[in-house]
Amino acid sequence: MDAIEADDPAASSEDPARRRRVHGMLKLYYGLNEEGKAGETPESLDPCDINGPHFDPEHYLNKLRRECTLSELMDQETCMVKQIRSLDSDMQTLVYENYNKFISATDTIRKMKNDFKKMEDEMDCLSANMAAITDFSACISGTLEDQHAQITKLSGVHTLLRKLQFLFELPARLNKCLELQAYAQAVSSHRRARCVLKQYSHLPSFKGIQDDCLTIMEKLAQELRLKFRDGGSSAKDLSECVELLLQLDEPAEELCEKYLNHARSRLEVDLQGLEAEIRPSPTASAAKDAAVRRPSPNSAAVSPADAVPKMRSLPSPTVNTDILEFIDRGCNEFVSSLCLVIASYQQLFINHAQTGELASKNIHQMANSKLHTFVDDLAVRYFSLVERRIQEEKGVADNSLLVRALDRFHRRLQAVAKLMPGSSVPNQGTEIVIRAANERVKQYLAALQSFYMDSLTDVRQALATPRLSMAGQGVGGHLGGPASSRDAPSSLPELLSSLSASILNQIKSVLASVHLFTAKDITFSNKPYFKGEFCCQGVRESLVVSFIKFVCQSSRQFCESAGDKGGSTPPSLLLLLSRLCLDYETSTISYILTLTDEQFLAQHHSPVTAVTALCAEAREAAQKLLNHYVKVQGLIISQMLRKSVETRDWVNTIEPRNVRAVMKRVVEDTTSIDVQVGLLYEEGVRKAHSSDSSKRTFSVYSSSRQQARYAASYTPSAPMDTNLLSNIHKLFSERIDIFSSVEFNKVSVMTGIIKISLKTFLECVRLRTFGRYGLQQIQVDCHYLQMYLWRFVSDENLVHFLLDEIVGSSAHRCLDPAPMEQSVIEVICERG
Amino acid sequence: MEDDAPVIYGLEFQARALTAQTAETDAIRFLVGTQSLKFDNQIHIIDFDDENNIINKNVLLHQAGEIWHIGASPADKEVVTTCYNKTNDSRVVSCAAVWRMPSNWEIGNHESPDDSAHNPQTLELLCHLDNSAHGNAACVLWEPMGDGKRVISLADSHVLLWDLSESSRQATISSTATLEGKGQLKFTSGKWSPHHNCSQLATASDTAIRVWDLRTMSQIYCIENAHGQLVRDLDFNPNRQYYLASCGDDCKVKFWDVRNIQEPIKTLEEHSHWVWSVRYNHSHDQLVLTASSDSRLILSNMVSISSEPFGHLVDDEELSEGEDNHQEEKSKEPLKDSVVSTYEEHEDSVYAAEWSSADPWLFASLSYDGRLVINRVPRALKYRILL
Repeated sequence: MDAIEADDPAASSEDPARRRRVHGMLKLYYGLNEEGKAGETPESLDPCDINGPHFDPEHYLNKLRRECTLSELMDQETCMVKQIRSLDSDMQTLVYENYNKFISATDTIRKMKNDFKKMEDEMDCLSANMAAITDFSACISGTLEDQHAQITKLSGVHTLLRKLQFLFELPARLNKCLELQAYAQAVSSHRRARCVLKQYSHLPSFKGIQDDCLTIMEKLAQELRLKFRDGGSSAKDLSECVELLLQLDEPAEELCEKYLNHARSRLEVDLQGLEAEIRPSPTASAAKDAAVRRPSPNSAAVSPADAVPKMRSLPSPTVNTDILEFIDRGCNEFVSSLCLVIASYQQLFINHAQTGELASKNIHQMANSKLHTFVDDLAVRYFSLVERRIQEEKGVADNSLLVRALDRFHRRLQAVAKLMPGSSVPNQGTEIVIRAANERVKQYLAALQSFYMDSLTDVRQALATPRLSMAGQGVGGHLGGPASSRDAPSSLPELLSSLSASILNQIKSVLASVHLFTAKDITFSNKPYFKGEFCCQGVRESLVVSFIKFVCQSSRQFCESAGDKGGSTPPSLLLLLSRLCLDYETSTISYILTLTDEQFLAQHHSPVTAVTALCAEAREAAQKLLNHYVKVQGLIISQMLRKSVETRDWVNTIEPRNVRAVMKRVVEDTTSIDVQVGLLYEEGVRKAHSSDSSKRTFSVYSSSRQQARYAASYTPSAPMDTNLLSNIHKLFSERIDIFSSVEFNKVSVMTGIIKISLKTFLECVRLRTFGRYGLQQIQVDCHYLQMYLWRFVSDENLVHFLLDEIVGSSAHRCLDPAPMEQSVIEVICERG
Repeated sequence: MEDDAPVIYGLEFQARALTAQTAETDAIRFLVGTQSLKFDNQIHIIDFDDENNIINKNVLLHQAGEIWHIGASPADKEVVTTCYNKTNDSRVVSCAAVWRMPSNWEIGNHESPDDSAHNPQTLELLCHLDNSAHGNAACVLWEPMGDGKRVISLADSHVLLWDLSESSRQATISSTATLEGKGQLKFTSGKWSPHHNCSQLATASDTAIRVWDLRTMSQIYCIENAHGQLVRDLDFNPNRQYYLASCGDDCKVKFWDVRNIQEPIKTLEEHSHWVWSVRYNHSHDQLVLTASSDSRLILSNMVSISSEPFGHLVDDEELSEGEDNHQEEKSKEPLKDSVVSTYEEHEDSVYAAEWSSADPWLFASLSYDGRLVINRVPRALKYRILL
């Protein structure tokens, strides 16, 4: 094996390559692509792969020689020889097969050569025949030409004759049509003949025909007009009439007018029916008018004078038709027939004119403008009726009815809008709805206001009843405090809560009613007005905000009107209202507005009243009311004190043994006011005071200091020192504003009332002259007040200061100032 | 400016009565009557030296009793009337009298003020306006701009019109009128109208203002419930005959057009306690002075109801150039009724305020503790009114 390969290196180098090619071709031939050794891809780069393209025999041989044992080499060699032999035999078989095929192909080509020669001869023969046929055909058509021309001429004459016959027969035919009332046929016949007749009218015979036709058509038109004018004919007939008349060159404008007039008279009947439903507002003359205009056969026979009472008696039974019924009737009768009229009119004059040969811009525009004025005219009347009816809807009880009526009203107008895209009618309708909605909002505001005032009257009555009994007890000598605290607690806070709750409920129910206007299923609710302006200007501003403002306003009026005599408004009402306003400020207003905004989803395009502004207003009202309350209560107590000081002869009074009854009364009243205020307002802060405040004596006018002070004022050597002590005191204490604003708490209110009372006391004392016992009585009284009043005020020093001033002033105004011993005063006061 | 600072004068006694010396038109002079139960009461003659900002005082003794009201004669600067309380056997009686001030007080006091304080001169009694039959005198009113021969005294519920003799030594009642009504009605104060030939008198009693015709001594009209509480004082607008100002215990000052007395034409609510006195400026009636027991004095500028309603359109720039800039705000709104200024120099109730008869831009106020404060109208406002 070694020797062979070494001898024939060329053969051995060629052999594998050839074998590979043969093998590949065989594989191709047998389609054995996948049957080959899958593992060895033909492109294997291994030079030792005997089937690979990069096979290097030298390398392979070396490798074998290096790696294999002798026996293995021997095996390899036999295997290879076997393979080579099988390949050789394969090749031989292939060569034989292909040789046979080649021989049969050569035979086929030789046979075809013979067949083609025969076919060429036959084709030559065919072309000679075709030329002969063409010659014949030309010859035949030349002979037939004359006859054909004659036939054509004859048939033309025939048609002309038929036309002439039609013309001559036309008058008779038209007459017949007229008799049979087949107007449409007549008109179409005439139309067909009209042009011809016109063209040949210079010939006498044709002229005759034309004249006949014209008279007949005139008659026909007359008949049509009559039919058109006569109201009884149905809409279909009517439109047919119009159509025919139009075709007869009847002036379109006149027709439109007539048609519309006709429609108007029918619609007027509807309108009058509606008008009759609105009660007495139609004046006698209007009624008369209506009766005259009414074209129905009944009333046409009745003279106007008779019609008047009839019209008057007519409305009375129908007065109570509700608005929904009214609108329903309006929609069903008036609006729907209006729509019908519009539709048929448009069909006749506008659409038809556009398609037909009458099409000319003029007619179209004219017809359109006529329709618009007609519709506008009637719509205005209809709207005025509707508006009148809506205005009669004064009661605010059932809003849904109105809203439904308006909805229906609006919805039906959409039909008109669809029919007449450019019409202003739907817009006017929307405006009416808007006006009605606004009117309704106003009515609700008025209703809310009157509800509020009624509630106040109720509250006032509720306040008056228990108070009367209480006052009776007070006069009877009982302590006012417990009596009032028994009566009042059941009333004041309850009244407040029920008042504010009922107002809130009312507002809510009104909001709910108004909300109907913007409900989803209402056609007009998606108009921009109802989405925006109505919500924010209408509901929020002119309803809710106005109402809140009204509440504040009316509260303020309580302060002003009642101000002078303080009599007309019970003080407890002032207190209650003040608390109400304060509650509004703290929570209610923002609650109501939030509620409104939520319900109406208002997007505030235009500026709206801010919550804070309203709150400020409410707070101001609350402040004013409370100030007024303080003033009124202060004045009541002041009045008692003033009378008690003014009516007594202080020079010639007896030695004090008791606290004067009026002081007890003052303390009682103050206590009951304290209870009353405590029901509605929080305690508030007071300055810290010593535990034994009630026992505290007045430092300024007690014992030695007091003596020193009086001594100073009566020592001529130091005349400028008169009021030194008091002045120094004043320098260091803050100036007291008597009728000043109070805070929203009990202590502040009580301080205000006590300040007013004591200042009055002071001023009154200064106008009087006192004897010794007069001064002492004042001392006793002041001590008594001191014992009880300090607990009500925020700063007890204030009470001390004012009482000091009172006693000091009365000492000044005393002819014989000999103050009472402090201990005696205390004994008297404790005795009561 | 320093000139605007108030000048304060203290009296030793408590005082309520204050008047300008009406007949004096050169010197700025005020009369103050004191109230003391123990000591001799005094009339202080307060002279104000405008240029040096100095007060000169003179004291006259008024031994009859404590002074509740004082009025200076419009004709004779030495003649005054007082209403005073005197105590007899533990009875307090209010009387009225006409007095003459010693003529030489002025000279003597200027030279040795200390001496005069120790040895004050006494008023000379001219005559009593003897009205014990009619009750306690509340005030005495001189006929405005008259010859000093006619006075009216208000005593309890009576109006007494007196004629004084040439020397004022004798007073005779020429006519009387009586207020009739339920209860014990008393006049609290009154004002003699300078209009209509001085034939009208306005009086205040309780909450009503009544106006009387002095020729027939009958009531012409009555403003019931003019104030919610007691009416304390009145004043006629010196330049507009139908305009009247009133004040009272409801803390309000009201301005009335007496041709329509249903509603006041204007109400001021600036005070926080009773208003005891209201005074129109004699020349510039938009300036109104009010005194209150809240210890405040308020000067208001009531342009809209004055006799110069449109004011003078002042060139603001001119004004602010030369004048106080802090007044600029007011000068920009020339027509607004406004409070010009609130004076807080008093520590006690202010019962009286008066304009000077000599200088229309100057006024005095008196509080109960005896403090007299002299103030001027703010310069900016003064120039705006003048220019």
